[in-house]
Amino acid sequence: MSHAPYVVAAWLFLAGIYGVVTSRNMIHLAVCMAVTQSSTYVLLLAIGYVDGGTAPIYRDIPVGTKVVDPVVPALVLTDIVVSVTLTALVLTLASRAHASKGTMDPDALPELKG
Amino acid sequence: MTRPARLGLFGVGALGLAALLVRAVGGLHGFGGYPGPYGFVLAQAALGERHAANIVASVVYDYRALDTMGEELILFAAVTGVALLLRQQSPERAARREDAVRSDAVRFFGLGAVGAAALLGLLTIAYGYVTPGGGFQGGVFVAATFALVWAAGSYRLFHHLTPEPLVDLAEGLGAGGFVVIGLVGLIASGSLFENFLPLGTINTLLSGGQIALLNWAAGLEVAAATTLLFAKFLEDVMVPEEEEKPA
Repeated sequence: MSHAPYVVAAWLFLAGIYGVVTSRNMIHLAVCMAVTQSSTYVLLLAIGYVDGGTAPIYRDIPVGTKVVDPVVPALVLTDIVVSVTLTALVLTLASRAHASKGTMDPDALPELKG
Repeated sequence: MTRPARLGLFGVGALGLAALLVRAVGGLHGFGGYPGPYGFVLAQAALGERHAANIVASVVYDYRALDTMGEELILFAAVTGVALLLRQQSPERAARREDAVRSDAVRFFGLGAVGAAALLGLLTIAYGYVTPGGGFQGGVFVAATFALVWAAGSYRLFHHLTPEPLVDLAEGLGAGGFVVIGLVGLIASGSLFENFLPLGTINTLLSGGQIALLNWAAGLEVAAATTLLFAKFLEDVMVPEEEEKPA
């Protein structure tokens, strides 16, 4: 019993946000957002884990076997899809910015100033 | 906002958030000590209720099917957005570019793996609710097969194998089919995504009722959407710089 996985999730989240705040390149930005989102995978899977539990797939284990929470993997699936779509959109914006302005630095794009 | 000001603001916010997170983590159960009860109840009840050996698939395509529908539509909307933003490019112009892989070894082993990869991807989709796998995982697998065709072959080959009208049609059918299956449940049983098919025999392809259909619809949607993403990005890269003319 330990809380280390939750601390890893919190660390990933803050490190990812730091990357987003200081980013000088939109491809780097997309990677930092992916890091931030990966903290939710760690958090969710850590929450649902049961000591000694196996995957909740009764293909070749008897019913009644100790399994982990089957809800959190489904939530992680949602997270991954959101992360992928977000990455695709940011990379698209990076490509457009590079084509029309010749730069991918968010600070050099007045439209992204904030 | 200047960079130092932004960093300062982030520092204050991050410290506050970190303090809150530490406090929140202190209140959580220890790793491995999941207290339940929902996960345990579901793990016990789902097999009898839904006849799908993969309980995660039961959650994704039945208990939380509405959530998954939203997820499918997010993917659909994002791919539409990418296609719109990158629309200036012409695939025909990109296909004229010569980028065939010249190494015989890469072509032989890379393209040789395409068949096996496609088969594994389709198996991952087909048996998603019986074994570990599912429409989302398998869909990405199938799309990656097309990416392998580009990486080990050429863009032209990729372009010929993934005619856009067909991929568009598959994406629409996958996303639309998912919603339609939910609506059929609404009409047949009175609530959205309510099962309307016989549950079948556990551990066979004919199990899980509509979970099977939703799983395959998701597989089609994800495979097509991801392939379309690859196609759009590749088009964007393949058009020679000097020809690129921003509107």
